[in-house]
Amino acid sequence: MMELLQAIEQMGQSLLGVAWVPVWTLVKIVAIVAPLMIGIAYLTLAERKVIGYMQVRIGPNRVGYYGLLQPLADGIKLMFKEIIIPTGSNRFLFVVAPVLALMPALAAWAVVPFADGMVLANVNAGLLYILAMTSLGVYGIIIAGWASNSKYAFLGAMRSAAQIVSYEIAMGFALVCVLMAAQSMNLGDIVHGQQGKAGLFGWYFIPLFPMFLVYLIAGVAETNRAPFDMAEGESEIVAGFHVEYSGMAFALFFLAEYANMILIAALTSIMFLGGWLPPFDVAPFNWLPGLFWMLAKMSFVLFLFLWFRATFPRYRYDQLMRLGWKVFIPLTLIWVVVVGAWMQTRFWLW
Amino acid sequence: MCSRNKGPADGLASPSAQTMLENYFPVFVFILVGLAFGCAPIFLGWLIAPNRPDSEKLSPFECGFEAFEDARMKFDVRFYLIAIIFILFDLEIAFLFPWAVIFKDIVSSEAMRLFGFIEMMIFIGILVLGYVYAWARGALDWE
Repeated sequence: MMELLQAIEQMGQSLLGVAWVPVWTLVKIVAIVAPLMIGIAYLTLAERKVIGYMQVRIGPNRVGYYGLLQPLADGIKLMFKEIIIPTGSNRFLFVVAPVLALMPALAAWAVVPFADGMVLANVNAGLLYILAMTSLGVYGIIIAGWASNSKYAFLGAMRSAAQIVSYEIAMGFALVCVLMAAQSMNLGDIVHGQQGKAGLFGWYFIPLFPMFLVYLIAGVAETNRAPFDMAEGESEIVAGFHVEYSGMAFALFFLAEYANMILIAALTSIMFLGGWLPPFDVAPFNWLPGLFWMLAKMSFVLFLFLWFRATFPRYRYDQLMRLGWKVFIPLTLIWVVVVGAWMQTRFWLW
Repeated sequence: MCSRNKGPADGLASPSAQTMLENYFPVFVFILVGLAFGCAPIFLGWLIAPNRPDSEKLSPFECGFEAFEDARMKFDVRFYLIAIIFILFDLEIAFLFPWAVIFKDIVSSEAMRLFGFIEMMIFIGILVLGYVYAWARGALDWE
């Protein structure tokens, strides 16, 4: 495998010269984005199936065997739907907003390692980049809500702004704890920091358990998923920020939301669940490649996302603000101090 | 004479800075791909989807009624105070990041061990003081 890659690189370099680096980078990006898109498509199906079974229905089962072609059919349908641009809207911002929502959701994948060394850009400030990119996504939503010039969309955008000011700080403090334990902002190094003989017990979700929960909940809020989907709130403000969107413009918001979900799942796996590491470093477990464990952990976190949606009623947005400011921030602040003190003693085993 | 001290203008030319920038090149390409990937479906939709506008279809959705007034009306944003506090706290976290990254080194060095910890605890303490004040004054409450 490695020899093959090296042979391809050598051949490409001799064929294309200077142009080889951008071309090879593009090939790698396609190798990330294409599976991601398939993942998104089947995550939508998985969501409908999982929630269906949780509500004692069977979910989509008409298009293809077991409904397996349903995402494809949905995509084609959306492609042939008219993109409506309302009269009162700011046309330029209205069209740009979905692009702004999708771009960070995709670009953040540049620094995510899928297995040991399997990363597009092994940068040393990976976590900062991730934090920047995931925070940028909200601009797409706010711009969409503003540009639509519709009251529901405007309310959705307002709620989205309220949301981001309530959980981002708790999320940041949770990441500070991870940085203290891992002493690196490189996502690959964060996983290496969890490597050891203890297997599962070396992962950061054990010493940083409250932070793990805070990060997971903040991640649900970040992706606008139920129970924090008040920016969308289909039963009260019809569809919130994307009420005026249709066709492919709407599809982009959809893609962005699901790409963000998978991203948060990947980040949770990397920072708290040991990334590509097997749960026990013994015979049957470490036969499987790291990529398998990474995907297994991501699937687990994604299942939690779907489970939350089927289980919890929607929060009101003042409730989310109270949760963020009066529960999570004190909790995370205390845990930063606890971890700091803990690491002074010899009982810190990570 | 002194090869290491060439001034800030040569900073980018030094090999380590160059490889660092090279590391970020795929990130830059990925951002461009992300933009292209966002624009392509909209272009595709504009190309193949029907486009038959009429005034009803293009009016903002308001449950079937005519829109009562422009949506850009005066609006009471209840959480503006929290938004201001948010900016402060977000900056504080940016200060915590570099400390957190080298915290293990601080702990392992005998001289800096407690100093590095207490120093940051004082910083967090001041932060908490402001936080408690904001809470006590009701800045975090909805009404």
